[in-house]
Amino acid sequence: MSIAFVLVSALTIAGGLAAVLLKNLVHCALAVSVAFAGLAFLFLQLDAQFAGFAQILVYIGAVAILVVFAILLTRGAESPKGESVFSRAWQAGLAIAAAVFAVLGWAILQGAAELPANAATPQVTVNDIGHALMSRYVLPLEIVALLLTAALIGAVIVAMHEKERAK
Amino acid sequence: MLEKADQLFVLLQHWVMGLVPAAWQTATGIVLAVVAIIAVYPTLFALAVLLERKGLGRMQNRYGPNRVGPFGLFQPVADGIKSLTKEDVVPFRADTLVHFLAPLVLVVAVFMGFAVLPMGRNMVLVDMDASLLFVFAMGASTELSVFMAGWSSRNKYSLLGAMRAVAQMISYEVPLLLSSVVIVMMTGSLSLEKMVEAQNHYSYGLPHWYVFTPWGLAGFVMFVIAAMAETNRSPFDLPEGESEIIAGYFTEYSGFKFALFFLGEYVGMFGISGLGVTLFLGGWTAPFAFLTWVPSWIWFFGKVMLWICFFIWVRGTLPRLRQDQLMNFAWKFMLPMTLLNLLVAAMWRFMGEGWLRWAVCTAVVVGAYVLMGRTGMRRGQIGPRSYRYAE
Repeated sequence: MSIAFVLVSALTIAGGLAAVLLKNLVHCALAVSVAFAGLAFLFLQLDAQFAGFAQILVYIGAVAILVVFAILLTRGAESPKGESVFSRAWQAGLAIAAAVFAVLGWAILQGAAELPANAATPQVTVNDIGHALMSRYVLPLEIVALLLTAALIGAVIVAMHEKERAK
Repeated sequence: MLEKADQLFVLLQHWVMGLVPAAWQTATGIVLAVVAIIAVYPTLFALAVLLERKGLGRMQNRYGPNRVGPFGLFQPVADGIKSLTKEDVVPFRADTLVHFLAPLVLVVAVFMGFAVLPMGRNMVLVDMDASLLFVFAMGASTELSVFMAGWSSRNKYSLLGAMRAVAQMISYEVPLLLSSVVIVMMTGSLSLEKMVEAQNHYSYGLPHWYVFTPWGLAGFVMFVIAAMAETNRSPFDLPEGESEIIAGYFTEYSGFKFALFFLGEYVGMFGISGLGVTLFLGGWTAPFAFLTWVPSWIWFFGKVMLWICFFIWVRGTLPRLRQDQLMNFAWKFMLPMTLLNLLVAAMWRFMGEGWLRWAVCTAVVVGAYVLMGRTGMRRGQIGPRSYRYAE
């Protein structure tokens, strides 16, 4: 475990904890983006440039902004005073979180057993990812692309109708 | 000799690296390059601000700053001292921590982009595989800092400005990305270094820059427009709109924090111009084959400064857009045009050499432009308008 890994994981965990423990919703959203940035650093540390930059571009550039917009457009950013940050059903939440963690951990441990003991780290460049997407995984890629284009055009059309009604 | 002039800064870096013990050499090299970037761009920022004030003054038939030093040349120094010594006022109800962090996040994210920009032959700090993606990732992080500034100020103008800025930046990020994708399709790489290499050929003494192809020209024009919107430059300066929301998201900033926002904005402008120069205008390559002896970094910075001059010229010429015009333009014109440009680039790639692909690609681009422009005009978006709240 290198120092960089310790620092980055501390940052990520701190961001995640702050996101659930802070009272102000906008602070929570900003803390979540700190956690996203930490995850991106973790990817970069593992030499996964594409995943790391995509994480920043999509999660910090779009998802965090979307969350922040949603908070501002729906209700006040301040939570009422004197109310605890823990919901009344926190035991159920804890159980679900623990179950999800257990499943993920089990899956990862199972996968680790399959690997040879000291396998060399594969050098995956962005070029390799591109080739794989364009040859072996071309069908899933096309389906996702179609879905996203449909969503994009759909969003524009929805926005257009709203405007005409307002006139 | 000319070879030495071209590699001047690289040789300088290696010379200094030779002075320290071997174990420290890599670290020294990195620190030197970082210091160079952090020194050069703020200097350029000072020059650009002076140029902008002088240039705008000329366009508006006045002198511009002319009191400090000969021809007002020391105006940036005076501005710097002023912003350093001014009182830093933080609103009473402001969210102190977020208010403090916002300018820092902006400046850090903006400077990060220069890490991968090739500023001359062998002059790139980190040569990474996915450098284009890195630049866009860093550009996307600035949006959050704009929101942080606007929200933490607890001022309705600030919040309005931040919402406008974020909406605008998100809308124009789509055409910005899509207009760069054609370059990636043609180069077959996300590395900015490789993109410059691919444009560094000459035939008949003229360079193979991507801007000299139908899809490249269309992509270039849309990239310039999107870059203007992304950096909140006039005519897309609604987030700052001084006449309606004072200064938008940084209304409540004073003293050095305001200077940081100002710096971030201009350095972001240099970053996006540098990216555009690298993508479409051949980066550090010379515009004619007989000029290749001129040091490569002169070409890069010359092109960037020309781009900045163009921005200043546009600012002095065009009026500000309205919010609905801004959004309509992004989603109804820019987005379809960039998507079409992807198709044109693919056609160009698979039609093989010859005049036919020139004719077909030009016809498609020009035809689509005329058609969309005409239909957009006929929709009756031009003419007298009534305003619901302003009457």
